[in-house]
Amino acid sequence: MSGIAYPEMLPTLAARLRALTPARVALGRTGVSQPTREQLAFQRCHAQARDAVHARLETAALAAEMEATTGRDVLRLHSAAADRTCYLQRPDLGRALDEPSRVRLSQLQPGPFDLALIVADGLSALAVERHAAPLLCELLRRLEGWRIAPACVVEQGRVAIGDEIGSLLGAEIAVVLIGERPGLSSPDSLGAYITWQPRPGRTDAERNCISNIRAEGLGYADGAGQLASLLAQARRRKMTGVALKLESARALEG
Amino acid sequence: MQPWRTLSQLPIAPISAKTPYSDLAIGGPLMSFSSSIGNHRYQFADLRELLAKATPARSGDVLARVAAETAEERVAAQFALADLPLVHFLAEPVIPYEIDEVTRLIADTHDAQAFSPVRSLTVGELRDWLLSDEATGERLAALAPGLTPEMAAAVSKLMRVQDLIGAAARIRVVTRFRTTVGLPGRLSARLQPNHPTDEAAGIAASILDGLLLGSGDAVIGINPAGDGVEVTTRLLRLVDALRERFQIPAQSCVLAHVTTQMAALEQGAPVDLIFQSIAGTEAANRSFGVSLAMLEEAHEAGKSLGRGAMCADGTIGCNVMYFETGQGSALSANAHHGVDQQTLEARAYAVARRFEPMLVNTVVGFIGPEYLYDGKQIVRAGLEDHFCGKLLGLPMGCDVCYTNHAEADQDDMDVLLTLLGAAGVNYIMGVPGADDVMLNYQSTSFHDALYLRRVLGLRPAPEFEAWLQGDGFGRLALDAANPERLLPA
Repeated sequence: MSGIAYPEMLPTLAARLRALTPARVALGRTGVSQPTREQLAFQRCHAQARDAVHARLETAALAAEMEATTGRDVLRLHSAAADRTCYLQRPDLGRALDEPSRVRLSQLQPGPFDLALIVADGLSALAVERHAAPLLCELLRRLEGWRIAPACVVEQGRVAIGDEIGSLLGAEIAVVLIGERPGLSSPDSLGAYITWQPRPGRTDAERNCISNIRAEGLGYADGAGQLASLLAQARRRKMTGVALKLESARALEG
Repeated sequence: MQPWRTLSQLPIAPISAKTPYSDLAIGGPLMSFSSSIGNHRYQFADLRELLAKATPARSGDVLARVAAETAEERVAAQFALADLPLVHFLAEPVIPYEIDEVTRLIADTHDAQAFSPVRSLTVGELRDWLLSDEATGERLAALAPGLTPEMAAAVSKLMRVQDLIGAAARIRVVTRFRTTVGLPGRLSARLQPNHPTDEAAGIAASILDGLLLGSGDAVIGINPAGDGVEVTTRLLRLVDALRERFQIPAQSCVLAHVTTQMAALEQGAPVDLIFQSIAGTEAANRSFGVSLAMLEEAHEAGKSLGRGAMCADGTIGCNVMYFETGQGSALSANAHHGVDQQTLEARAYAVARRFEPMLVNTVVGFIGPEYLYDGKQIVRAGLEDHFCGKLLGLPMGCDVCYTNHAEADQDDMDVLLTLLGAAGVNYIMGVPGADDVMLNYQSTSFHDALYLRRVLGLRPAPEFEAWLQGDGFGRLALDAANPERLLPA
């Protein structure tokens, strides 16, 4: 190592660092490599994350839970991606509704609504099953006076599927709650995407995002608070995306 | 079996050395290309289609419906591409000049003088030349401004993994801020201490862990969970205080949107490197919320701060930009214009090189299996990106990485890491335990950087190496025994 002496980390420091972050700090080393126990711990988490990606969303149970906690009707929809294998390889299909879902939505009494709430499995059904209902519960309390469309649960859905749904529902803003790609330490992280005037063709720069909603990350009350604040600003400024983000930075961090 | 043979392309338009590329690009004749294998004649409508079909297989091109239909069609396209004169690329842009500012940048900044040594070559002959003994590091560096990204992409499509490594290994692109990155025999690491909620103490813990394992000489670069001016400023101040206190020769960066960093800079935040994700089309960049004009403004603002230090060779570091790229980003923004993802990735490097960046890295496996399906595709893409970036004159690093929905694992990352080390990569990522707990993907660890340095006999950046051997590092190691004194309250 060309004369560089890397210090051994004292157990007290290792424990202190580990207490400060969920990151894999203070792993120790054998030579320059990771010790066996850390290597296996990593492999175990990777195995769990792989399993989370391939787990199937129990939509009936989730819809029932959402109906119970929100006291509102919940629609069950499906994207054009038939199954997980298709979903992983064809993002275009995950962004579009399948025909029965599209027909179903077009038969509804269209808005106008101020807001459409959409829950999609994304890459972690686990995240949605754990966090969607309690987060919605917190959010709805903060949205008094908003005209809200019937909530939707979408299987094999991606973020942009909210554009089609929001537009069919006649909603001014769409919020998509979606399972984020599982990390090794976070198989159940939920993201929330907000889009002003949702319609197919919106780009990611036109959305705002709050991510990492889960027990070890952003809590339900904080997440719902940030969401409600962004929604209020989106409605006032009639926009979402990069420009809104800059102005809302203070509100988000305050 | 009949031996293969190629049929010649249609004649190309004569091009005078003084004719600007842009004039030719407007209303130039469209050409088709063909080649035959056995008794099957394959036809390719234009350069865009030829490049796409000649690209080694990857899921993103299938998704975009531009990939070759069969393995034989792919190799037929490679034959036709091999026979294509390089000057043709100056006549036929893959995205029209009128509708795309990246095309305009490529055309308007093409250096005919630098191009002249390879002007008479075909793409296949360029590959032969790049691998020949003629192609010294010095000549390759001089050639860079004469090559367009499409030429670089084209030749890479004819290259095997060992060609991509062998050619890239000759090219050194050295940049400076407070450290010198990219020197022969050196390997740097970006210390990436992300935290799911941007907690200062958690980020500081990861920084400390990384420094104690010799990472951070490329940059201490934090991806914030929340993209706001105040969090950006707070994190910049955190790293700056640590750097000052232990006299660490390193630069910091908070990888928020460029407009957020600019706002922080205007409010007096200690901004070292300015970051932005970029792509190879104007429309894809728009989907990121950026334009060339915006990047130009950021570049000027960063340079005007003059925060670079005197580096080991006595010059003042003045490379202030940091860019990340990755195959598939344009397609994911529906902004690919029917061009294959690897060619578009090379076009992003034209954007990067405009701004004399300190660091550029492809985040190769981050985008997911729709674009790069498995370990094999990720490994090849990482080496293509590194090669094309270096050939075009960029200080290429690589985020050797994958997501949990890709068919890949740590073994694949070890393969790519080791191959990139052999190829002379400027830097890799140092993430605690290779697990990014904010961005939710797996990259390389502090240990991985030490492994690569050890197995290939590489050393950290000279300024950082001196620090690791000196009082500052000793003090950090001592003070670390009482971390309360190091970490923010």
